[in-house]
Amino acid sequence: MSTASDQYYVPEGSHWPIIAAGGVFVLFIGFAFWMNGVGAGKIFSVVGTLITVYLFYGWFKSVIHESLSGKYNTQVDSSFRQGMMWFITSEVAFFAVLFGALAYFRIITLPYLGGEGFLANSHLLWPEFDATWPILTPPNPEAYPPTEAMGPMGIPLLNTILLLTSGATITWAHHGLKHNNQKVLVVGLILTIALGATFMGFQAYEYYHAYHALNLTLNSGVYGSTFYILTGFHGLHVTIGTIMLIFIAIRSAQGHFTPEKHFAFEGVAWYWHFVDVVWIGLYIFVYWL
Amino acid sequence: MTAEALDNHHDHGPPKGYKRWLFSTNHKDIGTMYLIFATVMLFLGGGMAMLIRAELFIPGLQLVEPNFYNNMVTNHALVMIFGAIMPAAAGMANWMIPMMIGAPDMALPRLNNLSFWLLPMAAIMLIMAMVVPFFGGGAPVATGWTLYPPLSVQAGMGMDLTIFAIHTLGISSILASINIITTIINMRAPGMTWMKMPLFVWAWFFTALLLILVMPALAGGVTMLLFDRHFGTSFFDAAGGGDPVLFQHLFWFFGHPEVYVLLLPSIGVLGIVIPAFSRKPLFGYKPLVYWMGFLTALGLVVWAHHQYTIGMSVAATTYFMIGTILVSIPIGLMLFNFIFTMWRGAMTFETPMLFAIAIILMFAFAGTTGVMLAVVPADMQYHDTYFVVAHFHYALIPGALFGLYAGVFYWLPKWTGHMYDETLGKIFFWWTTIAFNVTFFPQHFVGLAGMPRRIADYSAQFTDINIISSIGGIMFGLSHLLFLYIIIKTVRGGKPAEAKSWEGAQVGTPGLEWTVASPPPFHTFTTPPVVK
Ligand code: HEM
Ligand SMILES: [Cu+2]
Repeated sequence: MSTASDQYYVPEGSHWPIIAAGGVFVLFIGFAFWMNGVGAGKIFSVVGTLITVYLFYGWFKSVIHESLSGKYNTQVDSSFRQGMMWFITSEVAFFAVLFGALAYFRIITLPYLGGEGFLANSHLLWPEFDATWPILTPPNPEAYPPTEAMGPMGIPLLNTILLLTSGATITWAHHGLKHNNQKVLVVGLILTIALGATFMGFQAYEYYHAYHALNLTLNSGVYGSTFYILTGFHGLHVTIGTIMLIFIAIRSAQGHFTPEKHFAFEGVAWYWHFVDVVWIGLYIFVYWL
Repeated sequence: MTAEALDNHHDHGPPKGYKRWLFSTNHKDIGTMYLIFATVMLFLGGGMAMLIRAELFIPGLQLVEPNFYNNMVTNHALVMIFGAIMPAAAGMANWMIPMMIGAPDMALPRLNNLSFWLLPMAAIMLIMAMVVPFFGGGAPVATGWTLYPPLSVQAGMGMDLTIFAIHTLGISSILASINIITTIINMRAPGMTWMKMPLFVWAWFFTALLLILVMPALAGGVTMLLFDRHFGTSFFDAAGGGDPVLFQHLFWFFGHPEVYVLLLPSIGVLGIVIPAFSRKPLFGYKPLVYWMGFLTALGLVVWAHHQYTIGMSVAATTYFMIGTILVSIPIGLMLFNFIFTMWRGAMTFETPMLFAIAIILMFAFAGTTGVMLAVVPADMQYHDTYFVVAHFHYALIPGALFGLYAGVFYWLPKWTGHMYDETLGKIFFWWTTIAFNVTFFPQHFVGLAGMPRRIADYSAQFTDINIISSIGGIMFGLSHLLFLYIIIKTVRGGKPAEAKSWEGAQVGTPGLEWTVASPPPFHTFTTPPVVK
């Protein structure tokens, strides 16, 4: 419980939340229309995206303004911290679900499709099916064409090293911030951003390679499905993390943070470490085992 | 901090016009919007229920087309759960939690407004999902709220709108939960220790925790569904090495805890209402908190009792059976705590208390049919029959909806500054309780006799009971017009309510809500009040 303030803080009314809700609506309706070939879908999706970008820009801008003008007491600061912590908790739960799905396919579905267990019968339908992971030839190869596996060496290993290093550089930057060393802070952040961006570049190349050389696509059966949903959502988080880091770097260069007050920096750092840990899970369970 | 920086909005009243509502950062206004929205959705979902009961009045197809019937079953459930019950409970959390714990507002007021405004957006998407099949949008969402593939993969555009509506609702729930949990941890007034918090606050703490943990499972599940529908993946298609049963696991890993999300806020209300009208402190406050924690934990590990018929191993079904039966222990203990609170109390029977007592009886009954359903060989017979429908309506209507009614009547004087009309309140209670039982009690029998759920028609031997059920249903629906009348009447006037609106309001573990005027000022606390 924070009691440091003798006066509570409640922000003024704000138009950003309702813009956010409207943006989500336009965006989702756009997606739904687009996926079903309704003409207006693309336009809605683009407009929804623009609203969302404008929204994040505007909302954060006003929060930064309030923060800089000293309106936030320690209680507000710790509300932000806890909010971020619980948000990351729900993100952890989301990735746990994706990893759980992968485990389910490998531990339960695969032997079952291979004919194990008293109820199994799909081997009568697909006698050729070889129940080993990764599933390179799905049970029905006409619907889901065969693929090659994505090995753990090469790009994935390199990406692991990149992300682990970026975890170190952001900690270095934090160290600089705590000791009021702005140079270390900014350089550390720029290095982290560079590592994140390189990671994304490699990831894009890996997808290209998977699609064109390995024939590993979304349509390659459950191996491809889990591969892309796990690496895809992780990549999305790296992208979001990198964009947030860019803004944090700009704010650091402008001297927005003090050794005592720097929630925004810490929130992003937590997020980045979280993305890091998810990657280690990915490397072990998707690429390696 | 400068004096200027401290000038933050406390000294003036609400802004004028539409801005007050659209741009609100005030927990009371947002709470009011939640409650109004929930009422609108209650009538929308109720309207669908009336149509469903009308179609089932006699065998054969009279009013609606079977696919549309099933689409209505789907949306009735989604609208009731995500549109009526959860927002009503969130509205009460908004109104009461900050006042109870001595906070100025929710911890993150702007996020709070976003959580609310996402809901009407999702509601529009759900309505569109029902309408698009009439405009060439493909097959309706005839899956029921469980959205199982492969049927949900084959449905038309309505399914995509449903998926995005669920995403929107999920974002709203998670943001609201983050906000509530942060408020409870961080915004308590000095001296408001954890074990002094009103039970309602504790109940919402566990509810929010559950939502943060399980909402992502539903989000993940429907995202995979979306990919299977449009992007060629095979998560739920055995031909690609996937498994439709995985969706069921993901859905119920969310779905069973969701039942506690609906239930717990009402348990919290009971923990406030029963001591007040028994004029006796809550019997075993601390154990009640522990039971709720135990229920929360247990709720996370029993989900597959909805899937006994999928061909799990015997070991797995046995585990889920034992786990599910264990659930009745914390629930039973809670009910005993409430009964012992009433024991030798100086009881009076105002409307909230009538609801509370009826809930204990009817919810215990739902628990009994729940234990029947938990037994694997028995459930093989009951599964997907009207027995299940009867069971979960006994659990959800008393366990969630009536608990919220008790809360509405109990806090209405605080919110509006007027006492409601007690006679009308009692008439509403008896009317709605009797109608509810007439509707759902007979369904146990047709269920045991084998009438399947989610079908627009039934065989002729079930006719008599369905006629009774439909008459009860229409009565139950009509009783809500009286509810609406009572609320509107109370908002517009009535006997002025005192700050401490009920004689027993301060008994037990109340928060600070009765120390402020009725209705409370626009901003309740500007400096932290000290709790002794
Ligand atoms: C003692 C406590 C409870 C037990 C042992 C229990 C057990 C069960 C079981 C085994 C089923 C599966 C039946 C089947 O599909 O064949 C079921 C269904 C259901 N229960 Fe409960 N339950 C309990 C409390 C509750 C509560 C408190 C609620 C809601 C507030 C609830 C809501 C539901 C719903 C909505 C379904 C239907 C799921 C469907 O669509 O198939 N239950 N319950
Ligand atoms: Cu359940």
